[in-house]
Formats: sequence, structure tokens, C-alpha cells
Amino acid sequence: MSKILLSRRRFIGLGTAGVSSIALGGCDLFDGLADRSSSARDFLEKANDLTYRVQRLLIGDALAPEYSESEIRQPMRPNGSTNPQTAEYLALKANDFAGYKLKVTGLVETPKSYSLAELRNMPSRTQITRHDCVEGWSCIAKWTGTPLSRVLDEVKLKPAARYIVFHCFDTLGSSQAGYYESCDLMDARHPQTILAYGLNDKVLPVSNGAPIRVRIERQLGYKQPKYVHTIEAVDSFSKIGRGKGGYWEDRGYEWYAGI
Amino acid sequence: MVHDGHIAEPAPALKAAHAGPLIYRQSAWTRLTHWIWATCLFFLLFSGLQIFNARPDLYIGQQSGFGFDNSILSMGAVNTPEGPRGRTTLFGTTFDTTGWFGLSGSGDDLQVRGIPASLTIPSYRDLATGRVIHFFFAWLLVGTLFVWLCASLINGHLRRDLAPTAKDIAALPRDVGDHVRFRFHHGRSYNVLQKLSYGGVLFILLPVMILTGLTMSPGMDAAWPWLLDIFGGRQTARTIHFITMLALVLFFVVHIFMVLAAGPLNELRSMITGWYRADPDVSEDKP
Repeated sequence: MSKILLSRRRFIGLGTAGVSSIALGGCDLFDGLADRSSSARDFLEKANDLTYRVQRLLIGDALAPEYSESEIRQPMRPNGSTNPQTAEYLALKANDFAGYKLKVTGLVETPKSYSLAELRNMPSRTQITRHDCVEGWSCIAKWTGTPLSRVLDEVKLKPAARYIVFHCFDTLGSSQAGYYESCDLMDARHPQTILAYGLNDKVLPVSNGAPIRVRIERQLGYKQPKYVHTIEAVDSFSKIGRGKGGYWEDRGYEWYAGI
Repeated sequence: MVHDGHIAEPAPALKAAHAGPLIYRQSAWTRLTHWIWATCLFFLLFSGLQIFNARPDLYIGQQSGFGFDNSILSMGAVNTPEGPRGRTTLFGTTFDTTGWFGLSGSGDDLQVRGIPASLTIPSYRDLATGRVIHFFFAWLLVGTLFVWLCASLINGHLRRDLAPTAKDIAALPRDVGDHVRFRFHHGRSYNVLQKLSYGGVLFILLPVMILTGLTMSPGMDAAWPWLLDIFGGRQTARTIHFITMLALVLFFVVHIFMVLAAGPLNELRSMITGWYRADPDVSEDKP
């Protein structure tokens, strides 16, 4: 009996030592994968292309789930930039965005600019959706805006256009790089993709992206650019920013953020 | 303990009274997929804890309560007169977890973080890299599970080795008793506790892990909205994902413990070469 007890205790000791040595020694071994230009990371990132292809196949035109009024239980949580300080933005904000114009340019037949009033006079869509942040939290809110597809129909995309890029007033980080984002035409033309000017039945506040924030409901929060001033149709985003299709993409996040 | 390097040709001299015959116990499919899973789960665990650290709170429901409280677990740090302390709140009860959760690091390099650096990949805060690693190994895990399932259906591994029989169920109390007494049988097939635990991991824990992971994907919620219904919302799915992770860690600890207790060299050999030294009453295989 004492022999069994002894061996049991020894086993527990061995097991604990093993687990803790993995736990303590293991993890900085793989810090090299954080190097954005390492070939190992390039290889791992191929999984994101697979995710994009498979999700596009599975999702098709399906709508993101929409919720009922009763599920709006709190104000929309502001995150990222909440109060842009560029001179151009401050001047527009001081005048309640009366002078704001949304420019639509790039690979389009007829480039156009839209004032807030013009956007509000177009057919609108209101949806109660769940915003999922890449950090892991979610928040349900009601968004009202002009479907992006309406605007794209008016300016008429050229056949070469493959992506829509959104340029924003806000800057982030020590380099004060401008925020931008991009999506493919499938998301751009999706019925829930709207240029939102209203939040929870009120005018969209500055902290949530006034005057215009794009909602791309089937992707994570960083794909919902705030403070948008220009929409550009492009055949490639490789020459914009650091070439990865968005501010966070340039810093190592996936371009397709459906997961 | 018998150590023979040339296992394909067991020398008769080594087959002493206490050692039975070498039998071919694990197919190449089982061995290969076992080690790929082990690798995947290692990276998934530590990259997952990196992702968790971006928001070290767990909630119940569709959304995260900021204007109301629906959290069941929360890790963070607070300033006290004695300096910063790590705090973990679980079901409304707060614990001081300085050095472990909420606040960790060595000496003057204390950091506010949910899970300590030693348990995350990368060791420092890098959500983007954590996600890249996590999704790569998630795909590899799913692919390997699919290959294993096909192979195991075809070669009979599922039916022959994993599905518990009526005899197994009847033997359950005795098998539990044997395990508690550290009395291990080295037979041709898995005992009933092995069948139940391996089956539980492969057919319950891993599928729940994969499906709750997909429920966190806004794209998949559009494609398969029923995911939100079966798991009770995106944030509940995230919580279940975390709890299932704990169950897999528990399985790993018990699994390693059992390997050590039942004869680590023999067990390891069978999972590397397929050959396993059985008890003397087990009939012999011709290699």
C-alpha cells in the first residue's frame, strides 16, 4: 500500500513539473511569428485566404442576424478613435457638418460628392445588428443610413473596379496614419452595407463616427470605418497605405474579418 | 520494464514472464493524426489565451454588458494603497490573483493582463499574431479530424476500438475501480474509460470547440444563424469555448498522468511505432 501511495505522489509531482515546464518555457519560443515579414507567418496567413474563400461560398448573400428593439440594452460602445483632431474635421464639426461632402471617386463613370442632406434624402435602411469587436466584445445597436449599393449605382463602377476603399478623417498611433478600410464588391453591394448617419434613432454622434460611418455587418468592428470622407473604387489597394487594405491590416490583422 | 530497440522482431529472451507479446495496436492514421492534434491543441490553447487577453471577460448572452452586468468572469487590475493588485471576479466573487490573473510579470515588470505572458503565444500582447496562429491551427485541426474520421470509418477503428460495447458498459464499475487502484491492463483494445474519454474528446469537446468558435464569426452567423440559437448568443458561445478549453486541458492532464502511470515508454512507443507490449495473457501478433 505504501508503495502505491509513494508512486502516486511521484506521478503527481512528475505531471505537475511537466505541465509547468511547458507553460513557463513554451511561449516566447514562438515570438518570431509576430514578425510581420517572416516567411513562417506568411505561411500561417494562408489560412486566412482559405477562410475568405470558404466563408464567401457558405455565406453568399445571407444577411447578418438582426435583433429586436428590446435587445438594444445600452449605448453603442465607442472604441478606437472617438474624437478626431485633424483641422479639417474640427472645422466641419464646428459647423455641425453642414459643409461636409462625401466624395465618391476612383474607377467610376461619374465621380460625385454628396452632402449629408443629399444622403439623408436617398432611400434609407435601418437595421438592429450586433457589432463584434476583434477584441472579443459585442454590442447591439440600431443603425440608419443610405445603402452603399445605391451610391455605387449612381456613380456606376467601371468594370475594372474590384474593391471599395473608405478614407477617413481620423488618425491613429504615433505615426498619425490616416484610418482607411476596404471591402470587396460583394460586401459593398450587400443590402446591409450602409453609410450610417443615424444611431439608435438619433443623429450619429462623434464618438461613433459622425457624420458617416460605414456598416459592413458580416465582418468585425475594424471593418466598419468611422468619419468617412472619401469612397474610392479601385482595382487593387496595394498602393494605399502599406498596401494591405486597411489601417489594422497594415498592422498584421486579416483583410477579411468575417471571423 | 522492457526496452527493446528492434520492436518489429521481439527477441524471445526479452519476453520474460512479466512481459507479454508485442502487438500492433495503433494504425498509422491514428498515430499521425494524434500528433498533429497534439501540435494543433498546443498552439490553439496558447494563441487562444492571447486572444482572450484582448478582452479578459466572459459574458452570457448575445452582447457584452457595458450598461448592465452579464459577465461571469472578469480579470483586471486595481490600484490599492499597497500598489497595483490583480483581481479576478468569478460569478460575483472577487479574488486577489496578483501574479497569476489580471496583473502578472516579474519584479518591476508587472503588466496588466488577464493571462500571464508564460501562457500566451506570442508572450507579449499581440492579438493580430494570436489570431493568425489560432486560425491556421484551427483549420489544420478540422482538416485532420475529417481525415481521421474518414480513415476510422473505413478501417473500422471507430466501430472496433472506440464504440463502447454492452460488455464495456457492464465492466465500467470494475474498470473505474482498477484505475483508482492504479491497476492497468495492457490489452489489445481500449478499456471502457479510455473509449469514453477519447470518444468524448473527439465527438463532444472538439465539435463543441469548433462550433462555438464558428459562432463567434460574424460571417458564419449570417450563413448559419442557428449557431446563435443552439449556443444562446455570441457571448455565451465565447464563454462555452473557454469552458470547453478548460475541459480539454483537464483531459490533457489526466491523459499525461495515465501515460506516466501505465508505462510511459510502452505507451509512447505504441503512439509512435504502433507496437505495444501487452500483458502476458494477450495473444501474439505476427509482425
